[in-house]
Amino acid sequence: MSVGAPKIPVVVAEVVAVNDLIKRFRFVRRDGGAMPVFSGGAHVVVEMDDHGTRRMNPYSLMSHPADSAGFEISVRRDEAGRGGSLYMHNHVRVGMEMVLSQPVNLFPLDARAKKHLLIAGGIGITPFVAQMAQLQAMGGRFELHYSVRSPALGAYVDRLRDHYGPRVHVYHDEFGEKIDLATLLKSQPLGTHVYVCGPKGMIAWVHATARAMGWPDRAVHSEEFLAPPVGQAFEVQLAASGKSITVQPNQSLLEAIEAAGIEAPYLCRGGACGQCETDVLRCDGIIEHNDHWLTDDQKASNTKIMPCVSRFRGAALILDR
Amino acid sequence: MSLDFNDETFRGDFTYRNSAKAIKRFPFPFPEDSYMYSVNMEPHVPGAVGSVFEHMFDVDEHYVSEMRDRAQVLADDPLRCQSLPHMELAGWDLLELIMVSKARDYPHWFELHRDGNQWHWINRPLQIDQKFTFMDASTLPYGPMEYITRQTQGDFTLQDQRDDDLWIEAGMVTTQADWSLDFDIGMSFKQWHAPVPLAHQMQIFDRALKFLLKLQHGAPVRRFNWTMTVDPLLDTSPENYPKWGPDKTTMTAETVGRRQHLRVELQTLHRLPRSNAIAFPIRCYLISFQDLVTVPKWARRLHRVVRDIPDELATYKGFIRNKPLMLDYLAPFDDGAATSPGFGVE
Repeated sequence: MSVGAPKIPVVVAEVVAVNDLIKRFRFVRRDGGAMPVFSGGAHVVVEMDDHGTRRMNPYSLMSHPADSAGFEISVRRDEAGRGGSLYMHNHVRVGMEMVLSQPVNLFPLDARAKKHLLIAGGIGITPFVAQMAQLQAMGGRFELHYSVRSPALGAYVDRLRDHYGPRVHVYHDEFGEKIDLATLLKSQPLGTHVYVCGPKGMIAWVHATARAMGWPDRAVHSEEFLAPPVGQAFEVQLAASGKSITVQPNQSLLEAIEAAGIEAPYLCRGGACGQCETDVLRCDGIIEHNDHWLTDDQKASNTKIMPCVSRFRGAALILDR
Repeated sequence: MSLDFNDETFRGDFTYRNSAKAIKRFPFPFPEDSYMYSVNMEPHVPGAVGSVFEHMFDVDEHYVSEMRDRAQVLADDPLRCQSLPHMELAGWDLLELIMVSKARDYPHWFELHRDGNQWHWINRPLQIDQKFTFMDASTLPYGPMEYITRQTQGDFTLQDQRDDDLWIEAGMVTTQADWSLDFDIGMSFKQWHAPVPLAHQMQIFDRALKFLLKLQHGAPVRRFNWTMTVDPLLDTSPENYPKWGPDKTTMTAETVGRRQHLRVELQTLHRLPRSNAIAFPIRCYLISFQDLVTVPKWARRLHRVVRDIPDELATYKGFIRNKPLMLDYLAPFDDGAATSPGFGVE
């Protein structure tokens, strides 16, 4: 069984510096054809050839979901990261050819919601830009609460205020402004769904606050893509392929598997979707489970690993791949 | 009715027939001499010219008569088509998928002209010429899902995806193997599959659900399912069981070849782009035993499958009562010779 959809060969049509940290990229098909329409909240995986290193990073689509002329993403520069965002910022130019995955939505709107309450932190605004466009077109009821560091780093604030007026609420850390979450949640009509995308702490805060106030878990949605963490190099044996590989400090296990020429399944490459789940045949050591997918029991048993974000320390790790 | 399409009935006098061409392209569902449940999914990619896999949605000689039968079922029982309010967007996704596919695959029968959201749809076999505004349901005589599935063979369900599960929340179901949309609507994946025997213990549904939650737009998949039906009756519904159930008791050794039909479902699954829902077309093909045994490999293999199937499955599929009659009919066509693996005729 394969879930592989054909990839989309694109050319970079536009690169815009949105502020000091964020650049926006627009992609159109190389053959001039139409992009698929998508649902707000979907992401694509962008393939990069970073001077011989293959990087594949997921980014939320932020163009209008009905715009089949092109796709847009926004990338925040991460100086401490492994290099994907730096490559996008420093090397990607208009006219370059790249490859995108088909859109996949791991952060969909709940179509039954009477109202959508959107809570964004920083670059977490991007899936909401597409979701608000889709909600607006369908007459959906929504409200955005958007926390940014400063006016200068408030990406898309002006544009969103122009489009959606008083439905957009912006909070500046620099001025000590903070979302009054308890009051906000208390004043929502029945049937409201809450969505949060932003830093880890913000996501945990929204979930915990809503739960403490009696909100059903299923009415609170979040998306957090993890960047694969760096770590010590480690060795892995791949039983099905009969290969031994070394995972470099700034490389993920999944990337090392792919670099060895082995096809492995994936979708999000951020520890969220579960697609790359791999059976562990032997583990003499400690698996650093960094994903959001496996249950605590599965993590403790060390019988499964998510190679997109998880690492290993120890004597021997043998995988069924 | 044109030369392309049969004028036939799926009720009353049952004039349904397969032409020689239709027998040759019949989707025989057994790749080996025995049957057990499996997650038997494969990519729904175009198949051989002339086969039921050639196009995304197969249109065959039964099209026009099947649509007439559907209209009659709906007139008698409007609850066979339902869509919960939040599923309308998925209905538009489905309408687009079908119209674009049919206009591309059968340009002599179907045309779609699009200027922004102003669409013009021509369906020659059903003599329909419709101008409408995409995403504006007030410009169509029915909701988008009902509109297009009144013009498309096979049942359809639409599954919303949320909370790591699939929820059956819209559908057009008039050619079903004894299940009811009105009963199942709103259920989760495991709830609507609950009546299936054995497969739960085999964790079939855990694996299938996990697979489907990750189904990607642009990468549809397909699988077969099958059962047995006495007479070429499309509407074997629980709602009408009192009307058709008793017919199972009147089949005889003289009539089994003509009346007993193998019923095959070609099921495909498509991720829908705007709604993130999954469309599940269930296309029903019927072939009488007397037509089926004209292919020696199919006759041998069907005999072995029916002979060796576990009683739980024969009961669930509704043919345990007639299993001896079926075996008596099929046994003379099974000389014990080996069959080749796969679906081909040899």
